Amino acid sequence: MKKRSDQNRALVMDALRGSKWRLLLAAVEVILAILALYCTSYVTSYALDYVLLGEDPSLPDWLFSFLTAHSDVTKTFWFCALMLILFTVLNGWFTFVRRRNVSLASEQMAKKMRDVLYRHLNAVPYDYHKHISTGDLVQRCTSDVDTVRRFISNQLMEIVRIIVMFVTALVMMLLIHPQMALISMVTLPILSVLSFLYFRFVRKYFTEADEAEGALSTAIQENLTGVRVVRAFGQQRAEYDKFTKLNADFRKKNLFLNRLMAYYWSGSDAIGYLQIALTLVFGVLFYARTHGTPDAFTLGNIYLFVSLTNRLTWPVRQLGRILADLGKATVSLNRLNEILNAAAEQEPGKALKDVNTEGDITFEHVCFGYDAPNDVLDDISFTVHAGQTVAILGSTGSGKSSLVQLMQRLYPTTSGTISIGGTPINDIDHETLRRNIAIVLQEPFLYSRTIRENIKLVRPEATDEEMYAVAKEAAVHDVIMQFADGYDTVVGERGVTLSGGQQQRVAIARALMQDAPILIFDDSMSAVDTETDAKIRESLRARRGKGILFLISHRITTLCEADVILVLEHGKLVQMGTHAQLMQQDGLYRRIAEIQDVPQKGGEVA
Amino acid sequence: MSMDNEQDFQGQKVDLKLWKRLFGYALRNKKQLTLIILSLVFVAVIDALYPFLTRYAIDTFVNPGGTPTTDGIWLFGAIYAVLVIAQSFATMTFIKRSGEIEMAMSYDIRQEAFWHLQNLSFSFYDKTSVGYLMARMVSDIGRISELISWSMVDIFWSSFYILFSVVMMFVFNWKLTLIVLAVIPPLAVVSYVLQKAILKYQRAARKQNSRITGAFNEGIMGAMTTKTLVREEANAAEFEAISTDMKKASVKAQVLSAVFFPLIISLSAIATAAALLLGGAGVNATLLGTTTFLGAITAGTLVSFITYASGLFDPIQNLAGIFAEMQSAQASAERVIGLLDTKSDISDTPEVTERYGTTMDPKRENWEPLAGDIEFRHVDFYYKESEPLLSDFNLHIHPGETVALVGETGAGKSTIVNLTCRFYEPVSGSILIDGRDYRERSELWLQSNLGYVLQQPHLFSGTIRDNIRFGRPDASDEEVAAAARMVHADEFILRQTKGYDTEVGEGGARLSTGQKQLISFARVILANPQIFVLDEATSSIDTETEQIIQSAITTVLEGRTSIVVAHRLSTIRNADRILVIRNGSIAEAGTHDDLLALGGYYHDLYVHQFREDALAQALE
Repeated sequence: MKKRSDQNRALVMDALRGSKWRLLLAAVEVILAILALYCTSYVTSYALDYVLLGEDPSLPDWLFSFLTAHSDVTKTFWFCALMLILFTVLNGWFTFVRRRNVSLASEQMAKKMRDVLYRHLNAVPYDYHKHISTGDLVQRCTSDVDTVRRFISNQLMEIVRIIVMFVTALVMMLLIHPQMALISMVTLPILSVLSFLYFRFVRKYFTEADEAEGALSTAIQENLTGVRVVRAFGQQRAEYDKFTKLNADFRKKNLFLNRLMAYYWSGSDAIGYLQIALTLVFGVLFYARTHGTPDAFTLGNIYLFVSLTNRLTWPVRQLGRILADLGKATVSLNRLNEILNAAAEQEPGKALKDVNTEGDITFEHVCFGYDAPNDVLDDISFTVHAGQTVAILGSTGSGKSSLVQLMQRLYPTTSGTISIGGTPINDIDHETLRRNIAIVLQEPFLYSRTIRENIKLVRPEATDEEMYAVAKEAAVHDVIMQFADGYDTVVGERGVTLSGGQQQRVAIARALMQDAPILIFDDSMSAVDTETDAKIRESLRARRGKGILFLISHRITTLCEADVILVLEHGKLVQMGTHAQLMQQDGLYRRIAEIQDVPQKGGEVA
Repeated sequence: MSMDNEQDFQGQKVDLKLWKRLFGYALRNKKQLTLIILSLVFVAVIDALYPFLTRYAIDTFVNPGGTPTTDGIWLFGAIYAVLVIAQSFATMTFIKRSGEIEMAMSYDIRQEAFWHLQNLSFSFYDKTSVGYLMARMVSDIGRISELISWSMVDIFWSSFYILFSVVMMFVFNWKLTLIVLAVIPPLAVVSYVLQKAILKYQRAARKQNSRITGAFNEGIMGAMTTKTLVREEANAAEFEAISTDMKKASVKAQVLSAVFFPLIISLSAIATAAALLLGGAGVNATLLGTTTFLGAITAGTLVSFITYASGLFDPIQNLAGIFAEMQSAQASAERVIGLLDTKSDISDTPEVTERYGTTMDPKRENWEPLAGDIEFRHVDFYYKESEPLLSDFNLHIHPGETVALVGETGAGKSTIVNLTCRFYEPVSGSILIDGRDYRERSELWLQSNLGYVLQQPHLFSGTIRDNIRFGRPDASDEEVAAAARMVHADEFILRQTKGYDTEVGEGGARLSTGQKQLISFARVILANPQIFVLDEATSSIDTETEQIIQSAITTVLEGRTSIVVAHRLSTIRNADRILVIRNGSIAEAGTHDDLLALGGYYHDLYVHQFREDALAQALE
């Protein structure tokens, strides 16, 4: 197991692959931008010294003689003015390309992270999704990725920028006047320590304010969703009073935070300005003391020092925030890695692609379980033949859904073998296996897109006629045609909400479209009314003999038509046979049949 | 039109009337407002003084062209420091006070909106989603309060700062001032145009962001189905197309805002360069004893002009930004005001309010006791006139009677319940409670005497005790426990480690459906209403819980006028009267035995239910 920090670094580095150079380039551009910025201060300071002709503008001799070669004063001022504009534009340009590179790199990184997460969430085993909370995962995939992105795009370069600014300014000032340099930076350590302390201190209160907002939101949401209960009990006043308390608490927490903010920003403002005053006063003192000497501290130097102090002070106030954000980004990366650490689905065997899936299906001593090796299915053995319709009956929790899901290898068996046409399914490539088995889950999921796209999901190339045919078989065509947009009706979250029975029927049409030799209905008509149920059964009868059909149901009308009926109880296969055979035996099947016979006294079944 | 349609208000004009109303909330805080303005004047004055101090230091102490002096430098430093400290107090004041205004505004608007929501009728709730209202109550109100309170700071500081700086500059050298100020109009225009464009692109990026969230949501919820269909690759490819769009939109927005700053500083560099060029030449000439067209000008003045010129872009950019922000927040403002202005369909007449009080301030001393006689007299009801739900519906329920409503979805059962509870009122005809039209008495009078248990019981986050007590907030702990005992809810409650103090989670998520139902029954028992309405759950629960719930229902029904939308055979069977509702009218009516003998819809329903129940038991 790799260490967490290594994993986090690997995640960021992988996502940055191909765009790391942009970040390096951006770092260079940060340096260039700062140099250009300092040059603007330098140009002004040079111009000031040039004004006072007697003073040495502390330039290298060759440069000074080059500049002063324009003995015409106006020309030199033109030169300085243009330089000022030029350096400002350069500063602006480098700032712009730096930000552009950083946003290209960080957005590319975020995109890659999202893609990897999405792919991974599709690759993890079926079981994983049974135990997770969708809300939490979505939250991680969106906000946590965004937190990391923001850190890379905003804070990373800010660190570089502050360091470069500090070092460059320090060097420049030390070269000109070491004593003044120290005086000009004397408050910086105070400011940075203050900043660290403040941002650490305030974190707790930010969390409190967030929690207060959460409580307020929850109260509103519960009041709105429970509006009927509130009204029916005439509790509007009490609800209002409860809301008032939370609203006041939210206000109180935020006011406290705001007060902290007011102290910090005004306090650090004061320190910053006092530093400038200090630089100015000492600049004047040094100017006066060295006036007329060869190493004179010039007016331009005063300007330069004040200007550099000014530029350094304000970013330092934000240092603490960067550290706080680094903490946040680390937490986010940990949460993302938790998702990625879940193992993806593996091919257990030979992963054969070319197999005959049209033969018999055999279960040999198949066991399956979560806590114990056989607590769901215990030693199941049976064979069904090509072309048969197989019905499965079982009590709640008897393992019937697991049994059909094992065939698609959605779960691995603990022991025993399932084979199709003589090939153990563990040796069949999962794509081949699943493409050849169409399964309709108990609670099918329809994607938020048109009905047409949903039905053609597995075979986008299918014609509309084929689609109509399967929709008719699933007895859903007429329903769809009643919608204003017909097959172009968007369903799901962003569209029309279909009833449970309609969803099941669209899912049945989708499965029929797959045209697989093995078809499984996992109680897929539970929400369909009896009349429609009969219609679907009729169209399924027409398909008989084409492949193997598994039907999980407890409707006797469905069960009795099957070629073979499997009865499961507590994970064991307790009965197997035809309707006629099972009616002769005392057991669950006959009990169920008798109960359902009650209304049709004397009537023929089927 | 559905209220949930997020409209695109892009490019819409700023509606001043709307903002005036919203600013009205800020104006309620007179004291804070005065302090903000005073402190900002002070801050801006000192901000404008700093370049003057530098000028003074240069011209007095440095004295270019003459001999420097340090006389009075410490006094100068002291004055500078005093100004800095005074200014920082003013800064503290305006930050504190603006925060207070922001919080006061969001507090007031939320209070008002929440109060209003408590009084809006169900027709509003039926067509407005909770998500929509949440967004208004939380983000929109927060955004507008923040925008208004802090933009006032920006407006005042920027205007004062520009004003004072310009005054100072004019005093120093009016000609050079005019030259420097020439850069302001283009600066303002560029700022405004760019910031508007930036906000537009940011909105586009946010849209893409919600697409990504949607895609993740679907990918995760549909993961199991995706596996059975082997759609992993196809889904990933589709997702990558969306994440690429998202990347492009975000980069676009970020690149545009990256253009902004360089462009602004380059523009203002022109002003600084002009000051340097013309001012520099002027100082040079002054030192040499001549003058340019600017007249005599000192080195200090030059430095101060350079500082003023480069300091102007900040306030200009602020002012331009506020207008762009307001334009982009226009939609939020409209939605908030829209919510506050929504009228309720059901409200008590002034006469009723005068006698019985309002919902929030009831006059309980004037309330008559309620006996529980309900009568529908020639009631018509519809949402859309072309689709009548009830027409000329008549029904008389006597005090203490239990009436079960059965029938298919959409037959009109819920309509009868909604009308009884006065969640809706009849379009024509009347509903009488104890012989008087219920509109002659207050909404709260009826609803306070009404117990209502929903199909999906709704609990509030808090403890089990809090939830039972919701029925009657002044009930003692003993009364709460007694109510729970009566419906046998105490058995499972006492099994919890914290008993009655167990947290139920948001919406009661930590409890099972059966447990939630028992708590909702205890809640009704505690409220002890004269009229009881039960919308029974269709979902099946295990036999044991089913039996406990059944006995709970029997307890609740005893001695009250009850209307039950029934699905459970035992509930139906025990009713005094069963009504089969079909197409908004009573198709069959009578006792269980009467209707079974009739051999109609009820007979078939009963037989079917009986079979389903037996089946469910056999499979358990």
